[in-house]
Amino acid sequence: MLTVATDSPAYPPYFEDNKPSNGKGFESAVAYAIATKLGFDKSEVKWVTEPFDSSYAPGPKSFDFDINEISITKPREKAVDFSAPYYTNPQGIIVSSDSKYAHVTSLAGLRGAKIGVQIGSTSLDATNEVIKPSSQPDVFNTSNDVVAAFKIHRVDAIVVDLATAFELISEIKHSTIAGQFTAPGGDNWGVLLSKGSKLTPCVSQAVNALQSDGTLAALNKRWIASAANVPELH
Amino acid sequence: MSALPTLTTKQDRASEHRRRARRSITISTISTIVVIGGLVTYVLTSPGWPTVRQDFFSASVFRASFPAILSGFWLDVKLFLVVEVAVLVLGLVIALIRTINAPVLFPLRVLAVIYVDVMRGIPTILLVYIIGFAVPALDLSGVPTNPTVLGGIALTLCYSAYVSEVLRAGLESIHPSQAGAALALGLTPTQSLRYVVVPQAVRRVIPPLMNDFLALQKDVALVSIIGPQEAFRVAQIYAASQFNYTPLLAATALYLCVTIPTTRIVDRLQARSRRERGGVLAFGPR
Repeated sequence: MLTVATDSPAYPPYFEDNKPSNGKGFESAVAYAIATKLGFDKSEVKWVTEPFDSSYAPGPKSFDFDINEISITKPREKAVDFSAPYYTNPQGIIVSSDSKYAHVTSLAGLRGAKIGVQIGSTSLDATNEVIKPSSQPDVFNTSNDVVAAFKIHRVDAIVVDLATAFELISEIKHSTIAGQFTAPGGDNWGVLLSKGSKLTPCVSQAVNALQSDGTLAALNKRWIASAANVPELH
Repeated sequence: MSALPTLTTKQDRASEHRRRARRSITISTISTIVVIGGLVTYVLTSPGWPTVRQDFFSASVFRASFPAILSGFWLDVKLFLVVEVAVLVLGLVIALIRTINAPVLFPLRVLAVIYVDVMRGIPTILLVYIIGFAVPALDLSGVPTNPTVLGGIALTLCYSAYVSEVLRAGLESIHPSQAGAALALGLTPTQSLRYVVVPQAVRRVIPPLMNDFLALQKDVALVSIIGPQEAFRVAQIYAASQFNYTPLLAATALYLCVTIPTTRIVDRLQARSRRERGGVLAFGPR
């Protein structure tokens, strides 16, 4: 039995219908692909809910690995193990299509905007370090709350990973992606395992194999919108 | 069985008293050392302690996060100071409406009862959500949109309901003869309320009032759910970016810096009001 964890609610495009076990959505599909590489049948994968805030708590874990849109960073590696990266996701900036920020050509153009981000995401650090907004970003508990704040014009822009940004603009009327940028850490996503887990090298090996045989690219194409037409801002 | 010592003189009894006092101090000291020392040893020798120390008590993470958490805490302090004043004013108005028996105030009394019932019934966190997200969505002009202000309004609504009940209890505990005497001295009903009834009532309920304020001083952290970066939120951000819980403990320490002194003041006030009441009993009616 392989126990895989993610947070609830689990959002598209990484999970569909908040049901990780249906195999739909990018991360659900990646988890099953890793499990297959490790020699587990689909029926031998058990999903558990692990809130992001407790995923890095010391002590025994309730899961073998946790796949929850987690960026690999140096400080985090002191507390947990990460697999080799299965995805690189830049930051996307959502704005109203009728706002003055809709056609910015540089990140400097967003300095005056009130920005909303979700807590725990690397988007906050990326915003502070790269955009350097003149007013402190507002930080919300969930991406639903960020969207709510955007709809009532509490924030002018949402900074979120690009794949989620595509998902959100289909839900929010009159919104568009003003551009994308790369966070200082690079935004490589890894599977989280407990510090010193024996599984870490196996999972990393599985991820690398999925990378080289083209499975990850295929899953990416299947579940995540193409970012080719989003301008890169500097 | 050994015979009880015969205590004949006053000195004998006094020295026996001292002996027993020394004995109980010795026993309580030893038992404290054993219990606390045992607990500390138990925790410090546990297999997971090095990890827990790294993840919850990391000095380097503490140093890195503390300045930002402290500036977030300043927002908390400003917020609860302003909200406490607003809560006192609104709470007193509601309590007076519910206490004054004028027939013309009947509709107001009904509204006050509904207000107190509803506001005390809604979980504070939900009230913060509703005020923070639904009110600005109405798009009314003149309605504040600053999340800190909206959060403060939500807390004021909730806590004024609690405080109004505390104040009402105080008002009702003042004997009607006090108001009667004030009227007999030639004060108008408003003056008797202002100078005789309210001052006595408020003084009597200061300890439970402080209790509510203590709860409020921690609940200001709830405002973080609608965006403002107060101490707890700043700590959460650091914890999530470092995968280390030390910042949360740093925030806790700051809350304690405010709540423990407040608790001690409440204790002292309670002791004083006990003494005062005890004093009245001991000396009989004055």
